[in-house]
Amino acid sequence: MSTFLLIIISGLGLGSLYFLLAAGLSVIFGLMRVLSFAHGAFLSASGFASWMVLRSFETPSTPQLLLALVVSVLTGGAVAYLAEVLLVRPLKGKELEQLLVTVGLGMVLVALMAGIWGPDEHLIPRPVWLTDTTSIAGAPISNSRLLLIGLAGVVVVGIHLILSRTRYGLIIRAGVENSAMVSALGINVKRAFTLVFVAGGMLAGLGGGLAGTYYGGISPFLGDGMLIFSFIVLIIGGLGSINGALIASVVLGVSQSVANYYVLNGIGDVLVVVLLVATLLVRPQGLLGQKERLI
Amino acid sequence: MTAAPANEVLPGSVALSGRAVNLVIDGHHILVDVSVDVAAGEFLAIIGPNGAGKTSLINVLSVATPPTSGKVHLHGRDVTGLPPHRVARSGLGRTFQTSNLFLGRSLLENARLAANGRDSRLRTGFRRVLKDDPVTERAREALDLVGLGRRPDRLASELSHGERRKLELAMVLAQGANVILLDEPMAGVSVDDVPELVELIRRVHREQGKTTVMVEHHMHVVLDLAERIGVMHHGAMIAIGPPDEIIANDVVQTAYMGEPL
Amino acid sequence: MTRSGALRYGAAGLLVVVLAVLPFVHRSVGGLLPGPINSPGSLQVLALMLVAAAAAITLDLMFGYTGLMSFGHSLYVGFGCYATVILSNNPKLGFALGVPLAMVLSVVVALVGNAAALRLTGIGFIMATLAMAQGFAIAVERGFLGSGGEVGVTFARGVLPDPLRGVLNTRNVYWLALALVVVVYVICALLVRTHVGHVWQGIRENPLRTKVIGYNVYAYQMAAATISCTLAAMCGVVFAIVMGGANPGIAGLHYSLAVVLMVVLGGRGVLWGAALGAVLYQFLNLRLPSLSSSDIVTGLPEILQIPLSQPNFLLGVAFILIILFMPGGLASIFTRLTRRATSKRAGEPRDDDGGVPATTREPNLVS
Repeated sequence: MSTFLLIIISGLGLGSLYFLLAAGLSVIFGLMRVLSFAHGAFLSASGFASWMVLRSFETPSTPQLLLALVVSVLTGGAVAYLAEVLLVRPLKGKELEQLLVTVGLGMVLVALMAGIWGPDEHLIPRPVWLTDTTSIAGAPISNSRLLLIGLAGVVVVGIHLILSRTRYGLIIRAGVENSAMVSALGINVKRAFTLVFVAGGMLAGLGGGLAGTYYGGISPFLGDGMLIFSFIVLIIGGLGSINGALIASVVLGVSQSVANYYVLNGIGDVLVVVLLVATLLVRPQGLLGQKERLI
Repeated sequence: MTAAPANEVLPGSVALSGRAVNLVIDGHHILVDVSVDVAAGEFLAIIGPNGAGKTSLINVLSVATPPTSGKVHLHGRDVTGLPPHRVARSGLGRTFQTSNLFLGRSLLENARLAANGRDSRLRTGFRRVLKDDPVTERAREALDLVGLGRRPDRLASELSHGERRKLELAMVLAQGANVILLDEPMAGVSVDDVPELVELIRRVHREQGKTTVMVEHHMHVVLDLAERIGVMHHGAMIAIGPPDEIIANDVVQTAYMGEPL
Repeated sequence: MTRSGALRYGAAGLLVVVLAVLPFVHRSVGGLLPGPINSPGSLQVLALMLVAAAAAITLDLMFGYTGLMSFGHSLYVGFGCYATVILSNNPKLGFALGVPLAMVLSVVVALVGNAAALRLTGIGFIMATLAMAQGFAIAVERGFLGSGGEVGVTFARGVLPDPLRGVLNTRNVYWLALALVVVVYVICALLVRTHVGHVWQGIRENPLRTKVIGYNVYAYQMAAATISCTLAAMCGVVFAIVMGGANPGIAGLHYSLAVVLMVVLGGRGVLWGAALGAVLYQFLNLRLPSLSSSDIVTGLPEILQIPLSQPNFLLGVAFILIILFMPGGLASIFTRLTRRATSKRAGEPRDDDGGVPATTREPNLVS
């Protein structure tokens, strides 16, 4: 039983990481109709930022970890901001070109990181308590997983509050449901686009900072590996739906974890792709997506 | 609103007909029990205020949108629910309210694609496109007819708005359609260009003998061209008949008659 | 045939001849190639560049001409590659039966894969192709069906026919690659000049319009995609021969994106443009790491050295610049120059579609 709980929690932790990327990507696509292939690189870059903060300490304290997380969030946001203003905005209206430019940007950033820091993984020192475990129902749950799940939960609540209570949240929700209306809103559109892109970047940044705690290390390719799974989460959950992304992240993370442990190590990845193909064939708009978007 | 008008059975064959067509989308009853017969070779204009369902009727008659209930017949064949390309190959062509062209291609190319549509088969399509093959000839003829034949290598994006409407017409001709649905052909056309376009449509209708259904707002264009006028209001066809009858009709007058130019 | 048509054919023929005699040229080109031109190492680099050109041309057919953007090309190239090796290694089949069987299976995969993916449009289609490519990549990385896992699988001893085996026969392999790109180019060039090819371009411009004037758009898209992916598998076959085996580097999103980059870089909707982009990409990819350790580069300050040593950095930046400022790709530079030249000679009959479009199209050679 305790092993099962461990596997589930592990899966939830993985799902939380996917969700952080996927949530941002989902809203970005829903509002801007841009599928960003660059956010994986944003995650890696932010991970490196947190590494640069933490690497000078052998065992960093909690405030230092917090600082690293703040730095990674800001890094993600800053890079996303530059990308949106310089690359995405000039191509407004040309969705294919916007997608391709994010592909190019991701490529450039990853190459840059590999050039500066090498392609291998760099270990990120963590506070002692993070490597410890807490006993829950007899299972030794790693604290890093709990931190991930906890923060992801905070993010979910935060996103819901922002979307339902703030003015920009209203614009975003309206725009996601009816993108034609967004153009009618005029000037606010530009700011909403930038805001949403940067928010996705900050979420990727948080993911980058936390990925270090989950995996123990950071490499230039980490974000891209997660990006693929996040896309799959997006499709299964439904493009443009945060709740869909949440459900799909949980389902994917847990089933991947379960399959890898109980069936055959490595089969989890295959299962994920099978689920994706099944979704595309049976219900292409995903669990909670809108039908017109994909067919 | 009065009951649906008696739809006279016209002499000659019926080229296009809609029977008891209803269209409901998201709870909105866009077309309400519309029946209309279009005789072969006649010119029917459809008028009515914005939102009356005119474009939706065109969409249903051209099989772009399947009706919620009711049937569409083309030359006596039931075409309800067929894929649009099949209906196009059976001789039905339409133009769009906003010009829907291949902007990055030349005029000749636009017309040629339309000309090829009718007979195209994947099997035989793997023949080279030659300058003097019959398909290209048909395309050139269609362009000449609308007055765009002189420089067919221009890109469609280089045309003025009025010229684009002409190109739309040329494509319908090149397609070899014998039933033509025109959705607001005068939309956005400048006052100076209207008479020329009207003449063109008239020539196409008379000389080529095309059955024409036209949705329009410009009343004087309608009165100039139409042999019969159908009036739509709130999704229903409230009157249909020759122009002088329609003008005198009280029901039509109390309903919005469309903007006079 | 018009004058400019004859010129184009002549230039193309000359290029093929020049490429064909390269294995007889014993000249060194500095660090550009690992040795003199006709050394096995250099010939292999050139062969890989030619195979990449062929693969890019096949993607251009469905992406540049029909408007179907696919992130799944690595699936088809990879399948052709792996199937060739695995089937040829089977003692009951051998190379002579393995290759044709691999091609037959590739056609089936192309049909099934595209029939499924084309049920979706736009982003959905892209994601479907991505999903299938990833599925395949995962399968070969885990070694399903004898695909060897991370190290891949090579031709067993004696499987490859003699003329294609061994370092000394690299020139034959090179000629095979040259033949591949010529065949692929000719097939695609002929196809885009047919009625079907014109319909494909109509679909790219305005799929709704195409449907409404009487074309079964799905059928035409299936034709484009199936032909494109089958030819891609053929490139995979030759790739296996050039490399002596198959490995996961040719599967997965990374390779698919590379092919897309090649096409956009060189010029989509222009067949030789795609080939140009591919040749450039593959050259930088293969040679930049050694070039960057040369004296010229190590002398540069580190801030320049790091980006210059990373092919993906240069290629990615070029890609971004092309998308922002020159959507027609590198080919559009050349086409713009020739248009200026031909427009000066007014009065000469033009055999192409005229006009200077924002994104360059292949002039329809009607002769």
